[in-house]
Amino acid sequence: MSVYYTKEHEWVAVEGDGATVGVSDFAQGQLGDVVFVEVPEAGRAVTKGGEAAVVESVKAASDVYSPVSGTVTEGNQAVVDEPSLVNTDPEGEGWFFKLILSDEGELAGLMNADQYKAYCESL
Amino acid sequence: MSDSEKTLPLDGWHRGRGARMVPFADYQMPIQYEGIIAEHKWTRASAGLFDVSHMGQLIVAGAEAEKGLEGLLPADLAILKEGRLKYSLLLDLEGGIIDDLMVTRRGDHFYLVVNGATKEGDIAHLEERLPRGAVLDHMKEQALLALQGPKAVDALARLVPGVEALTFMQGALFELGGAKAWISRSGYTGEDGFEISIQARDAEAAADLLAAQPEIRPIGLGARDSLRLEAGLPLYGHDLDRSTTPVEAGLTFALSKRRRAEGGFPGWHRIARELAEGPTRKRVGLAIEGRQPVREGAAMVDAAGKEVGKVTSGGFSPCLEAPIAMAYVPLAYAVEGTRISLASRGKIFTGIVSPMPFVPHRYQRKGAAE
Repeated sequence: MSVYYTKEHEWVAVEGDGATVGVSDFAQGQLGDVVFVEVPEAGRAVTKGGEAAVVESVKAASDVYSPVSGTVTEGNQAVVDEPSLVNTDPEGEGWFFKLILSDEGELAGLMNADQYKAYCESL
Repeated sequence: MSDSEKTLPLDGWHRGRGARMVPFADYQMPIQYEGIIAEHKWTRASAGLFDVSHMGQLIVAGAEAEKGLEGLLPADLAILKEGRLKYSLLLDLEGGIIDDLMVTRRGDHFYLVVNGATKEGDIAHLEERLPRGAVLDHMKEQALLALQGPKAVDALARLVPGVEALTFMQGALFELGGAKAWISRSGYTGEDGFEISIQARDAEAAADLLAAQPEIRPIGLGARDSLRLEAGLPLYGHDLDRSTTPVEAGLTFALSKRRRAEGGFPGWHRIARELAEGPTRKRVGLAIEGRQPVREGAAMVDAAGKEVGKVTSGGFSPCLEAPIAMAYVPLAYAVEGTRISLASRGKIFTGIVSPMPFVPHRYQRKGAAE
């Protein structure tokens, strides 16, 4: 499994042609207490950089963009029911949705964990 | 950090305690320490220490101070007793709200606390209009702390014996850690609590002393906003501005009886008419259905989709674990239980007009049973 990150602070964990998407630990720290999450339904087509989910903290609402294009296979109902999972386990139980990739070539433009760490430190 | 983001006396103190600093009202201010929900709940359960030194602390002195201020505010200052606070409003000629403030009679002068983002404009407004016999002084070297929550009184009385005798909206001069401190029983959370005005040079020692009490934790601006929203208290620049009047805003308690009858303050004609005939719109509280908050700026729409009102504050209530908001709605909708439609983020939400405060106030009023 390989994990990639975007400049908008989403992560995507890829295994074969399937992938899981969420927001990074850095992102949850910036958001603060998450109180609402909306995830896409299975079957929805998402595009790289397009709006795919919503996350709201006490203070503000943010869109979550899909790091890659593909078709959603599952939205995480657990994080809808318990939005604080985004704070407590953002890169684990707090995932947002799973999808089947339509273009694995899109992964080439994303950051790996080390590159993302350096990127966050530069902010 | 840009040049316009000035630092406050406790800047280093906040950073040393792990606060996340953000620009607010021209200053770098702590938005949160451990997290807004935890800080919010701590304040409701124990006591929170807030740095509100960005607010403007003003003195109006002189033989014509009372008359001069009455010409600009709808408060009856003639009956305001020594050491008593009064919530009031700077009004423009159309009855629009220039700022909301606290005014206290303090010996031979009045002490005013105004909002941080509006203080420069307020000072210019006052200087231009106060009579020659009234002198304005901006206390630039003064810090302001707020200590809020049910255990604030126990914690503060340990350091400042006698402070527990103050009742809501009353202040007096005390000593805190050997430094002079003007302390009033007041605040912006709906809880019992105090506001402490001290010289900037004494602020760090005072904050250290307070934060060392087991009941007290430092709280950021994020929780200050969620606390005041639950308490139904309007925030200037959001729920109040020059396009809103005191009657529309539901702040008629700030219009003193004698002043309503006599007038003599800006906007009186419009305000008197709105008092008699009712305003065209009103500020109301809204409980939002579902879990997703509706934010400031969302439109209230009628059955035809036309915008007829606006959300001015909205967020998530940590105590109710539900989204709540304040909005201006046409008078016909300003009835408890009315369901209204709100357009936000491409969706329609339902808001139910609800009584404010959303979470009951717990002020220690004079004569009230413990």
